[in-house]
Amino acid sequence: MLFWVAALAVSTLLYVVLDGFDLGVGILFAIAGDETDRRRMLSAISPVWDGNETWLVVSGTVLFGAFPRVYATLLSAFYLPIVLMLGALILRGVAFEFRHNTIRFRWIWNCSFVAGSLVATFVQGMMIGALVRGLPMTAGRYSGGMFGWLGGFACLCGVGLCFGYALLGAAWLVGKSQGMLRKRIYDLLPPLTFGVGCFLVVAFVYALTLDLRIMGRWLERPYLLLFPLIGAVAAYYLIKGIADRSDFQPFRMVAFIFLAAFATLAISFWPYMIPFSITVEQALAPESSLHFMFWGAGLLVLPLTLGYTAVVYWMFRGKIAEETEPAPAHVTFDYSSTYPEND
Amino acid sequence: MYLTALLLSRLQFAFTVSFHIIFPSFTIGLGAWLVVLEAAHLMSGRAVYRRLFDFWLKIFGITFGLGVVSGVVMAFEFGTNWSRLSEATGPIQGPLLVYESFTAFALEASFFGVLIFGRNRVPPLVYLFSTLMVALGTTFSAFWIMVNNSWMQAPVGYVLRDGLYVPTDWSAIIFSPVVWVRFPHMLIGAYLTGAFCVAATGAWYALRATFVDEARIMLRMGLVLASLLMPIQLLYGHLNGEYVHELQPAKFAAIEARWHDEQPAGEVVLAVPDDAAETNRYEMKIPWLGSLVAVGNFSSKEIGIADFPVAKRPPVLIPFFAFRIMVGCGLIMLALAWAGSFRLIKGTLEQRRLLLWGIFLSFPLPFAAILTGWFTAEVGRQPWAVYGLLKTADAVSPELTVGATVASLIFFVSIYLLIFSFGTLYIYRLLKTGPAPRSGELVTNPRRPLAIAEGTPASAASSGVGL
Ligand code: HDD
Ligand code: HEM
Ligand code: HEM
Repeated sequence: MLFWVAALAVSTLLYVVLDGFDLGVGILFAIAGDETDRRRMLSAISPVWDGNETWLVVSGTVLFGAFPRVYATLLSAFYLPIVLMLGALILRGVAFEFRHNTIRFRWIWNCSFVAGSLVATFVQGMMIGALVRGLPMTAGRYSGGMFGWLGGFACLCGVGLCFGYALLGAAWLVGKSQGMLRKRIYDLLPPLTFGVGCFLVVAFVYALTLDLRIMGRWLERPYLLLFPLIGAVAAYYLIKGIADRSDFQPFRMVAFIFLAAFATLAISFWPYMIPFSITVEQALAPESSLHFMFWGAGLLVLPLTLGYTAVVYWMFRGKIAEETEPAPAHVTFDYSSTYPEND
Repeated sequence: MYLTALLLSRLQFAFTVSFHIIFPSFTIGLGAWLVVLEAAHLMSGRAVYRRLFDFWLKIFGITFGLGVVSGVVMAFEFGTNWSRLSEATGPIQGPLLVYESFTAFALEASFFGVLIFGRNRVPPLVYLFSTLMVALGTTFSAFWIMVNNSWMQAPVGYVLRDGLYVPTDWSAIIFSPVVWVRFPHMLIGAYLTGAFCVAATGAWYALRATFVDEARIMLRMGLVLASLLMPIQLLYGHLNGEYVHELQPAKFAAIEARWHDEQPAGEVVLAVPDDAAETNRYEMKIPWLGSLVAVGNFSSKEIGIADFPVAKRPPVLIPFFAFRIMVGCGLIMLALAWAGSFRLIKGTLEQRRLLLWGIFLSFPLPFAAILTGWFTAEVGRQPWAVYGLLKTADAVSPELTVGATVASLIFFVSIYLLIFSFGTLYIYRLLKTGPAPRSGELVTNPRRPLAIAEGTPASAASSGVGL
């Protein structure tokens, strides 16, 4: 049982951090100066975004396989937000390929890229917020109708996650870019960090005034305070990294902040998966299902997957090339040119 | 029929999954072909293989992207629209999807990045390996999803405990004979799709007398592969029919539009089945052939739909026509592939303009066959979601409202129409522009006099900037 809880946690966390940064780059795409900037921003994520998004599918299917009841309950409860998120992910996903094939209508795919990233992020944040706030559940079944998830706190979390992913995206970009782009992104980092900080404070105070049941956990489990502490230390080094212009520091630190936030949530939920209604134990699939997954998918394939994911990241390490020519006039675009040979 | 959340969910699932399957059918075949091209280039060193690779890779990129985004929708639709189904069968379908996402999606998605961006970053053999991994990923994906769907068609290896379908025998589920006739049928269908699209492109260039070298290779590889695979595909089609006859008699009767028991049974070639009157209009029927098709003799008794209570009957019209369209497409494809290969061997294909036109226009056939094949299988399974166990009506998420499902259906239809139209437009333009010579290659390749007029980046620019 613990194995699948861990597998779910790892894949979800990987999703949040990895797709988080490419969704974040999608949001920042809105403020790119010109086509060259846009091309560079895209190049920083293009080789890996598809793999990143696959962690969403992996988390979804692990939920389906190991905790079918939670999968069924959550997905049907969040019907409209999930449909919206899927639509947004489609629109931003096709932009990667479609942009290269057009000039006159490139703006459509630029817009769909930004809007898709923004909406998908907002909806994800909102769903987390709704879970923290507590979904209306009766006798282990969702009973809130089509809009039971909607609320001020959920929307606040949606906005918060947009800042969070944008920060993550910016931190990724400074590690990947050079020249003007790097400089402009550095200018963005402080306000984004400030925004995320503000959100955390507002959300905390809001949660206190709502008197959320989940807040009670903090009193029962004082060791929970450890994680916000880790977050605070990471935030300190983040600010220091920005000040020192140390290109790789910010991303690592923002990833730590996300890790801390994730752990805080996960541990305050425990042992519930849907707070105060369905526990991990109740949601768990039968032994024969878990067994079957554990020996093949769990022990053999998951480490392999983590391994080659790391290798692919390593292949595309380093800064993206500064292009010499401006955006090319011709439509057919040689993808591999943005990734010249390794040093 | 008035609108219910159930009907709308069915429409939405049918629409999104039909849209999705168009792209896998193409990428599975094309992915395997890219492996062959890359290996051929490495071994022979001929530049034309590399040009073809680079060219089809661009098209692969677009179709793969569309396959991924529409596939992500599928993985979540089980939970959003069919929560009762996912809860009850989750212990079986869930782990199968876990295997699919671990062994297939992660593999293809990670190496896809290397394929598109990594040419200059990795040694040639690693690049070939990545191409192979992408192709392997798509094949695994097809395998696991066919295991999954075959379990829904013919459930085995489970016990029912507290309303949950608990797996008891995974090898019975994975090595079910149904899987092993349906998976090859689907996989070969996908290879045929790749083969016909490649051959059709070759025929198009041959008709326009451009890209002569490329056209020849595409015609040769596409047609020869298709003419070898087509007979095997018909054999597997027959085996599919056998399993349906044995395990899903109601579906079989619907496919045959046989309303009442017959001995010996006739074969309805064409008709318009009428569900309300329980009979066929405009029927064209061959006596005895029905028994022959079903079990191979002239005297067997075959069951009619009227034997089943109305609540357990599938609709007849859709499986009946869908099946005939699939078989029809198959027969035309067989004829084209064999005629084309025959001319190819005699070396006269390029003079046969009519045949070339036929091959050129044949590319929709495999897509049509795959879609109608799925319509036969899925609509014929109704009213069951899990055959004989769980009705579709009991599988749907209970809390869904008509308003929400109307909204989501309209939303998906609009997005899919938008991306489908632009996707096809971009693919069409890439195909029209044709394979570009690699920079600096023009001089070294005097055998392609047309390259300068047709394939240089400069002319690509003027012909492609359109939209
Ligand atoms: C016979 C083949 C086949 C069939 C019947 C289906 N798929 Fe599929 N699917 C593929 C073959 C495939 C593929 C070839 O592997 C794709 C297409 C392009 C791609 O990237 O992978 C894919 C992509 C794909 C993805 C995206 C993976 C990623 O992120 O890279 C998901 C989540 C699904 N599919 C899920 C489904 C579900 C839930 C289906 C059932 C209703 C389904 N597919 C039917
Ligand atoms: C990818 C190709 C597929 C196509 C084109 C396809 C087509 C269809 C169609 C037309 C329907 C509607 C039938 C009706 O409501 O009358 C349907 C329903 C359904 N199919 Fe498929 N199908 C495909 C693959 C799958 C797979 C692989 C699975 C399962 C793993 C699956 C599971 C279902 C389910 C759950 C429904 C909804 C419930 C139902 O109506 O039975 N389908 N599909
Ligand atoms: C004489 C030719 C053919 C026969 C007799 C045949 C027979 C069948 C039958 C009986 C089914 C239904 C299986 C079920 O209900 O589960 C089926 C499904 C299907 N067919 Fe065919 N088929 C033929 C040709 C083709 C061709 C040429 C293609 C594609 C290029 C194709 C693609 C499919 C697909 C994708 C399915 C749905 C998946 C499945 O259920 O296996 N078929 N076929």
